[in-house]
Amino acid sequence: MSFPWAKQYAPTNPVMKWVDDRLPLPRLVYNAVGAGYPVPRNLNYFWNFGVLAGVALTIQIVTGIVLAMHYAANAGVAFDSVEHIMRDVNSGWLLRYAHANGASFFFIVVYIHIFRGLYFGSYKAPREMVWLLGLVIFLLMMATAFMGYVLPWGQMSFWGAQVITGLFSAIPLVGETIHTWLLGGFAPDNAALNRFFSLHYLLPFVIAGVIVLHIWALHIPGSSNPTGVEVKDEQDTVPFHPYYTAKDGFGVAIFMTLFAIMLFFAPNALGHPDNYIPANPLSTPAHIVPEWYFWPFYAILRAFTVDFILPAKLWGVLAMFAAILLLFFLPWIDKSPVRSATYRPLYKKFFWVLVIDVLILGYCGGAPAEEPFVMLSQIASIYYFAHFLIVLPFVASIERTLPLPASITEAVLAKHGTTVSDADGTAAAAPAE
Amino acid sequence: MLRIILGAIGAAFCGVLLIAFGTGAYNHLTEPAAATVEQEFHLQPKALHLASDGPFGKFDRRQLQRGFQVYKEVCSACHSLRLVAFRDLQALGYTEAEIKAIADQWAIQQPAIDPETGEATTRKSISSDHFPLPFPNEVAARAANNNALPPDQSLMTKTHHGGAAYVYSILTGYQDQPPELLKKFPDAKTGSGLHYNPYFANLNLAMAPPLNDGQVTYTDGTASTVDQMAQDVSAFLVWTAEPKLENRHSAGIATVAFLIVFSVLTFLSYRNIWAGKPH
Repeated sequence: MSFPWAKQYAPTNPVMKWVDDRLPLPRLVYNAVGAGYPVPRNLNYFWNFGVLAGVALTIQIVTGIVLAMHYAANAGVAFDSVEHIMRDVNSGWLLRYAHANGASFFFIVVYIHIFRGLYFGSYKAPREMVWLLGLVIFLLMMATAFMGYVLPWGQMSFWGAQVITGLFSAIPLVGETIHTWLLGGFAPDNAALNRFFSLHYLLPFVIAGVIVLHIWALHIPGSSNPTGVEVKDEQDTVPFHPYYTAKDGFGVAIFMTLFAIMLFFAPNALGHPDNYIPANPLSTPAHIVPEWYFWPFYAILRAFTVDFILPAKLWGVLAMFAAILLLFFLPWIDKSPVRSATYRPLYKKFFWVLVIDVLILGYCGGAPAEEPFVMLSQIASIYYFAHFLIVLPFVASIERTLPLPASITEAVLAKHGTTVSDADGTAAAAPAE
Repeated sequence: MLRIILGAIGAAFCGVLLIAFGTGAYNHLTEPAAATVEQEFHLQPKALHLASDGPFGKFDRRQLQRGFQVYKEVCSACHSLRLVAFRDLQALGYTEAEIKAIADQWAIQQPAIDPETGEATTRKSISSDHFPLPFPNEVAARAANNNALPPDQSLMTKTHHGGAAYVYSILTGYQDQPPELLKKFPDAKTGSGLHYNPYFANLNLAMAPPLNDGQVTYTDGTASTVDQMAQDVSAFLVWTAEPKLENRHSAGIATVAFLIVFSVLTFLSYRNIWAGKPH
């Protein structure tokens, strides 16, 4: 589907016309990310992060495929093969640091993308499917990242795998069986390393497939925008190309610059030093922590310290999974008809509390499991669940929202101090030249 | 209905968390955890500045050569360097002939197979060999070191927060146990065969102080104080852990400079394309 004023693909090049008549792939691209996709004209820089996530995935797949040419997924040699990449493979250090830091940057970008969706209500009708598919991508990313971190077979790889797969043993009755089945043994070893490598290679392509669905679902209603007001007519939109290819190009350049600074000058800052020690099942590290992007969920897992009806560990596991799964229900929890937090004064306050709350959870998840971090993570976990499951439905029913602009164009022109009557959208600034 | 069910689930999690918080807070207030000796006496690494620090950092090759000399004459008796090859020493400024000689004269030989009999034997190292292990296996290493295992040094500066500063602090941090420590924690007396060092995580290290003033005779005439040797060997271990550091820094400068120019150009083209289009 598209807006009726969307430009139609009309190739002038005879080769493209020949191809398009037989396989309308050029047409598909034109309609998806070319001039044939009308996009609201008022998107701010937070709308760059979808494209940035795509760039990050591409970096991961390209560096990952080359790394796999040099890596050996065998518990006996995996650690040394990674050091071989760092020392003896041409530019191997660049590939590996790009891949390791690329994972972090992928998560930074995706977290901002998700919070953009929360702030601007992008999950609401008619874009629920976009949100749900996005969460599927997020889950797949977490699985991929976790298994990727195991591959260097350092101390944190091994003990991280031990702890995370150990979570399944909290399931009553069948937990231990599932745990052993997942690992292919009683503890992480060669069988686990091999299957993790296999899945780590597979899942990014599954992610790429779900991204296609994510974009497909997005293109049915078209992109949301900072006002949350739907597109009404042609002057509300601009063609994706060249307008947003240019703006995204700038976003990609900034992203690459920050990525390069991290990759070349602080490549180990986001990793854990213990992972440069080869895996040793007989020596437990003082503090086992996952990678930083799991810290908020790890804090929720560890916040449950009391056996109340169920064992504390089972509560923690249930809560950790619930913390992610509840996001699937968000479109039906938040019934406010207004999308953007710009026009929702009460929701906006709670949104920022949630941001701070997740940052606190992240900090506690990376800290050792001792006071005051445990108590802090308990308070923060309470708010996390309360925010989504109790506060949001309540806010939606009592909030007095601010008046919405009549259209995107009106909001844009109001921002620039003009009105629709004295400036007619697209032609607005032309006479001034 | 959905929201009621989800609200109830949320309330259940919040309730259990509240109980956990209450229990934790009660325990914390009634019986606060006693401070441990590590919490009170463990020290963060001392400051150490090396030529390789910072985005423009490059190795000081003379210092790396001195550090290699310390490794060769002191550390290598117990600590392996298994990820580094003799050929890698070219990066320190040694010539091929010098490296051949270093490998040939290395105190420990490489395990090998006798080509006549097929029996285990040893041979001299050649440039393409990695540094040989000082002990054939972990059992032998522990047997010779009071049941402690001397860790491999190849990645030492990457395996601890603080990096080279940590290594330097350990090497120069040996001291007598402070009397106030023993007064407050009478049970924490350093055991026999251990050595007090506040920069080590549990304060007591199996390794005896390895360096003494004048222990090596530097060929470049630098005075070999403990502090100097510790700095030099720490710098050397930065190189063993990250031999491509200089490539990384110079590639980084070029890449970031390019990307900044690229960012400006993309910003200008963005402004150009959007000119006259309020958004």
